[in-house]
Amino acid sequence: MSLRAPGLTAAAFILVLLFGTLAAVALRAEPGAGLAPADWAALRFTVSQALVSAGLSVALAVPVARALARRSFPGRGLLVTLLGAPFLLPVIVAIVGLLAVFGRNGLLSLVLGWVGLPPVQIYGFHGVVLAHVFFNLPLATRMILQGWLSIPAERFRLAASLGAPIGAILERPMLRQAVPGAFLVIFLICLTSFAVALTLGGGPRATTVELAIYQALRFEFDLGHAARLGLVQVALTAVAAALVWRIAVPDAMGAGLDRVVPRWDGSRGVDAAWIGLAALFLLVPLGAIGVRGAAGLADVPASIWPAALRSVSVALVSTALTMALALALVLRGGRLAFFAGVLPLAASALVVGTGLFIVVRPFVNPTVLALPVTALVNALLALPFAVRVLAPAHERAEAGFGRLADSLALTGTARLRLVLLPRMRRALGFGAGLAAALSMGDLGVIALFAGTGGETLPLAMFRLMGSYRMAAAAGTGLILVALSLALFWAFDRGGRVDARA
Amino acid sequence: MQKTTLPVAGLLIASATLAAAETPGLTIYTYDSFVPDWGPGPAIAAGFEESCGCEVEFVAAGDGASLLSRLLLEGPQSEADIVVGLDTNLIARARESGLIAPHGVEADFDLPIAWDDPDFLPYDWGYFAFVADAGTEAPADFQALAESDLSVVIQDPRSSTPGLGLLMWVKAAHGADAPAIWEGLADNILTVTPGWSEAYGLFLEGEADAVLSYTTSPAYHLIAEEDASKVAWAFDEGHYMQVEVAAMVAGTDTPDLARDFLAYLVSDPAQSVLPTTNWMYPAVTPEAGLPEGFETLIAPERALLFSAEEALSIRDAALEEWRTALSQ
Repeated sequence: MSLRAPGLTAAAFILVLLFGTLAAVALRAEPGAGLAPADWAALRFTVSQALVSAGLSVALAVPVARALARRSFPGRGLLVTLLGAPFLLPVIVAIVGLLAVFGRNGLLSLVLGWVGLPPVQIYGFHGVVLAHVFFNLPLATRMILQGWLSIPAERFRLAASLGAPIGAILERPMLRQAVPGAFLVIFLICLTSFAVALTLGGGPRATTVELAIYQALRFEFDLGHAARLGLVQVALTAVAAALVWRIAVPDAMGAGLDRVVPRWDGSRGVDAAWIGLAALFLLVPLGAIGVRGAAGLADVPASIWPAALRSVSVALVSTALTMALALALVLRGGRLAFFAGVLPLAASALVVGTGLFIVVRPFVNPTVLALPVTALVNALLALPFAVRVLAPAHERAEAGFGRLADSLALTGTARLRLVLLPRMRRALGFGAGLAAALSMGDLGVIALFAGTGGETLPLAMFRLMGSYRMAAAAGTGLILVALSLALFWAFDRGGRVDARA
Repeated sequence: MQKTTLPVAGLLIASATLAAAETPGLTIYTYDSFVPDWGPGPAIAAGFEESCGCEVEFVAAGDGASLLSRLLLEGPQSEADIVVGLDTNLIARARESGLIAPHGVEADFDLPIAWDDPDFLPYDWGYFAFVADAGTEAPADFQALAESDLSVVIQDPRSSTPGLGLLMWVKAAHGADAPAIWEGLADNILTVTPGWSEAYGLFLEGEADAVLSYTTSPAYHLIAEEDASKVAWAFDEGHYMQVEVAAMVAGTDTPDLARDFLAYLVSDPAQSVLPTTNWMYPAVTPEAGLPEGFETLIAPERALLFSAEEALSIRDAALEEWRTALSQ
């Protein structure tokens, strides 16, 4: 069987799910057209904050990833794992963590107070960007670090012995391949942001398209308006993806022996500073979440344990689905697979959920499908991350060993099993870890389908918050973060064994 | 993948059908905070099941607004027999849909306003208010708040019921001057959150001096946490009300059972559950009175409330005023 065949099915499945749900929403709508002036304002804010957030995240991630790639120190492995954490945090938990540092009573304001300065003012455009960088800097770092680790050690040695400039001949081509993809993913994540933007944005100036969708669906029940806004998001995503498709070039280097050796170039002090600053920026808020969560653990009701089990099961199912789809797309390659792998980022969970609701309702009580649908939508939303991680690894494996495999007439599953999968192991682990943890933390559509019981951990946390039980919610948040990280770590560990921490 | 999920779904369907065959079921759509163990749902369901020979099933659908949008999405084929948890801002839309039937339940309401609606039955109510620490200097009205340096967190009226309540409050109290009030408040509003939980969380973290919530919020801290440090600010303009209502879905296949439940909901046993689970005033004061601690709450002198139809008709214009004033 050709390895490219399943990719077509996967792409079709994804596109049908995306556009089918959008169409289902649109078809239920009363006729209407156009966008209101407020929608245009939301669009402008959405795009500008996403550009700045993604640009800053990637720009800062490059030196941090380089420092991590070429230095080894005790705790490096742990730090690399913890880098996954902010990205996986439920929004409200992350905001509380950030406020513990940057808020009115935060550590930073406290320190500023000692030297007689006023407290920091986090609310506004810069607050939105700060939060998005907090979420996405680690993701960008991990994606770019993945690129660095993929440069064979032999090449660094060769370059050093020839006295060749490492930056120009090894790192820049790798960055040209890795950075646009990372930028795209983060730009698109920030594009669909809503709670962060609104909460830290300081008011209706910080309205995003996603909020407008939420409003249209929930408060106005204007399905047509929601579908139009959903289309705007898809169009934005398609344009951004098309630009990246043109910029990113596959790297043309051969492969090495899958080993990484310590490096000798660059300034130790500068690298240490980058790692230290990034760690401080990311870990202090995480620490605050841990402290607050630990204090609330005693208040956590017993009902959250079944919820935790449900969340883990949903995460595992959706991870398997994500990885199967992502692998199929990556093996197929080409434009269709690329776009099918990116467009789900534009999907508003609320639109997909509402669309699925409309589609399944005539046949079965949606409450019964709450968990399967959650797993499906989570898989869809996590897919772009897995694809972004797997695609470069697959390209390198094919570039390095494709011809050898061809000459041995290795095709189909044998090629996959013997040649490709072992070379993609690191990426597979990282991708699966991301998918699992994302699915854990996602509130997405469960709220739309949920009935009595059957709640997942994020929903349980949200319901605790809605009943004044902030301490119990913080404790639940900590359990959620710990489980997400554990899943992420378990999958990712397989991928990092040869990262030579 | 589908191999693993489908049998699970099948199993769930099978068990649901099995349960339905034994006793008549009553499906109640409500909001999230009604159903947990610490919410009013379980006690009220248990109380009703003692006499009805039926099984009550709650379906929790987010907040009041999502509850209505779920009902509208499902239309006439909805599984719901009853909805519990709409408020006056959502009533007009719900009535317009034609999905609600008159309930025919009579009760002697203890509401600050007259209630005479054949379709929607109030079960609890509260006043919106800013909640702050007792030590914080309390402004006496919106004007004073606008002139002060105090910071407040509010909710977005486009995504949250209390946020919409505040919008109506300012409109009801100040009418044509509402835009000026919002412009004055702009520099006091620290931020606007998507929902109540985020705002209340920010306030408890010490990010702002006050948060938009209910006059009954301090009762939670006092009774459940034995913490008397939270107070609600009493505003001279009066306070806007939230009246939470239940209704019978027109398409129900068990109208008698549904009516019985609605009657039970405003009866003494159910009403006495509400104050310390939903943290609102019961629509009919229980014979035993309100729980100890409720007497410490502020009692606004004027209750403000638009009729459901008024609320719907002024909403869009009020939203636009709000957005313009705060976007500058």
